[in-house]
Amino acid sequence: MDKPHPKRKRSRQRRDVALMVTCLADLMRPSVGFSAIRLLERAGCRVTVPEQQTCCGQPAYNSGEVDAAVPVARAVIEAFEPFDYVVVPSGSCAGMLSHHYPALFEGEWHQRALALSAKTWELTRFLTEVARLPAPRHKPLESAVTYHDSCAALRELGVHQQPRQLLQEQCGVQVSELSQNQVCCGFGGTFCARMPEISAKMADDKLDNAVASGATIVAAGDLGCLLHLSGRARRRGLKLEFRHVAELLAGDPRGPGIGEGRE
Amino acid sequence: MKLASNEFLQASSAALLEEDKAQRRSLIGQFLPLARDAAASAYGDFDALRAHMKRVRRHTMTHLSHYLEQFEEAAVQHGNQVHFVANAEQLNSKVLSICQAHNARRVAKGKSMVTEETGLNELLLKAGLDVLETDLGEYIIQQAGETPSHIVGPALHKSLAEIRQLFLDKHKLGDRELETVSEVVEEARGVLREQFLAADVGIIGANALIAEHGTSMLVTNEGNGDLCANLPPVLIVCTTFERVLPRAEDAMALQRLLVRSATGQPQTCYTSFYTGPRREDDVDGPLETHIILLDNRRSDILASDYSEMLDCIRCGACLNHCPIYIGVGGHAYGWVYPGPMGSVLTPLLTSLEQAHHLPNACTSCGRCAEVCPANIPLPDLLRDLRQDESVQQLKPARWRNGLRLHAWLLRHPGLYRSLTGWTISVLGLLGKRRGAFRRLPFAGGWTGQRDVPAPEGGGTFMRQYAARRRRGGKRG
Repeated sequence: MDKPHPKRKRSRQRRDVALMVTCLADLMRPSVGFSAIRLLERAGCRVTVPEQQTCCGQPAYNSGEVDAAVPVARAVIEAFEPFDYVVVPSGSCAGMLSHHYPALFEGEWHQRALALSAKTWELTRFLTEVARLPAPRHKPLESAVTYHDSCAALRELGVHQQPRQLLQEQCGVQVSELSQNQVCCGFGGTFCARMPEISAKMADDKLDNAVASGATIVAAGDLGCLLHLSGRARRRGLKLEFRHVAELLAGDPRGPGIGEGRE
Repeated sequence: MKLASNEFLQASSAALLEEDKAQRRSLIGQFLPLARDAAASAYGDFDALRAHMKRVRRHTMTHLSHYLEQFEEAAVQHGNQVHFVANAEQLNSKVLSICQAHNARRVAKGKSMVTEETGLNELLLKAGLDVLETDLGEYIIQQAGETPSHIVGPALHKSLAEIRQLFLDKHKLGDRELETVSEVVEEARGVLREQFLAADVGIIGANALIAEHGTSMLVTNEGNGDLCANLPPVLIVCTTFERVLPRAEDAMALQRLLVRSATGQPQTCYTSFYTGPRREDDVDGPLETHIILLDNRRSDILASDYSEMLDCIRCGACLNHCPIYIGVGGHAYGWVYPGPMGSVLTPLLTSLEQAHHLPNACTSCGRCAEVCPANIPLPDLLRDLRQDESVQQLKPARWRNGLRLHAWLLRHPGLYRSLTGWTISVLGLLGKRRGAFRRLPFAGGWTGQRDVPAPEGGGTFMRQYAARRRRGGKRG
């Protein structure tokens, strides 16, 4: 939230952006990674996908295995520090890099973590505040869309209005708001498997609000929330389509939504 | 109070099935945050007040012995007797001995979480004293033989119909309807008034102790605290040492934060200050007053990495904003303090071994810290407790080993890629038609409640990306 505003480089000059794909997009939803690349390139960035990346280390960190997360954080810092910007299609992973890494270290590594923190951006915030997207080339979306704010994006990064603004500009969609949109969906990383019943109850509240919003598409900026919500919706037999916001913005949501088959 | 925090998983499962109660909790979770937000924004710069209080609290904790001495000296000067006690047993027996010294038979008690912590009522009742809770919520749960479900509204879990039936059963007052809230309240008031007038000893808590004057501050909405404090001949204030603040104006700052955060009111109906026993010219007031300051491991907390937890002012905002507390209710937490603050305090005041599920009842959503008037980084403290849980080997071994293996694998990208590449390709093919799995090996924690969305197909991003690069073609 208190990130210093980067100097606008002249538009001709391409910004050197490293994409942190995130482990969930890598494994479960590659089109989030490809959509992010397309969006960043359209916004005039040169995108690199550092090969050494795997995951930010949040599962171990949040579960209290902090000493196991520290070397993972070091590896991420090393992989991403050569770039001007690190863009992440996830509030929770971006929050891990920018808020939690600096707290893991002292001395030199703390400084390196701070430097990484200062250039780490959540995707939708980057596309509204640093590299703006040109006018869209694709057709407006015709479905009603609701947006679920992930807690880390909302509270650690101040991301709330940015994805809504982009959906409006790029997809011609006015988000149908969820009531209780400040409340967690119950994913919480390993929480969802350690306390599955409470987690499912929280998902149900969120899904009921999504149905009540009248939307057919539930968009979000975090795959953790989306996998959890779509998995619960499948179990309940709810007809909602789940998409990462990057897929919608890139204008190519042709394949099945998250957790949907081709049958 | 009996500690049952390690039954959190079973108790929360059971609580999720109570539809009526779940619905009431959900209303609390909607209404109280709205009330708090409205009150905070009507105040003006509420965050500046929070930051100010934080500085005052930290300063006080750093100079704790100075302010406690100052408080004690001033309080004694006003004729109070001040007692420092180390643990629950000492507090309880001190109270009992004061009651016995006055041959007390009836005790009127104001709301006090500290005496819930020490289980005072149980001891006094066993000793033959007639102890009545006089806060309406506390009175209701005392009659029902239950424990508080919320630190501010102890009976928030009970419906009007339940309370009505409880009163009809417990009060032998003949035929009456008790159909409206005001009739129910009126009846409780009648019963309580009698106790206030007949009580030999009054017991109350404190929201703040003002060091410069030796005065204690109490906020209530019902005025029962004042009646407990002023009508019986003996008053005992049971509280803990970290309530101390340097000046009266600090207590006022705390009061502004506390009330808005707790109920969304700009002001409680009563804010009372108790300075000592009746003076020569006073027309009323107790003849003898005691202030008991409990430690109960708080000195250990002060010396630990969790010392910020002592800044908690017991407003309950973190409960009202916690989706897990709202989901399962206070009783599931198995002790006196529920919700985020309770999940930090319970392991610290008892032991992590006896309460290690509680710090895991958290998604790190951060909403509690966002509203905490004392700016306590609750999600960070809960994460630290999860780390302690791991160090003390209280976490299930398969979780610990699994997470550590995963973290190790993350540092070996080549191996990680070949393992995930293969697995994801297979899962992508298997899940292609349905798009999700009902069951997968080793995923019982997930699949008990949800399907597993299948990977999108085509293999991992990294594999597809490398293939595109090799083709030398377009990346996007």
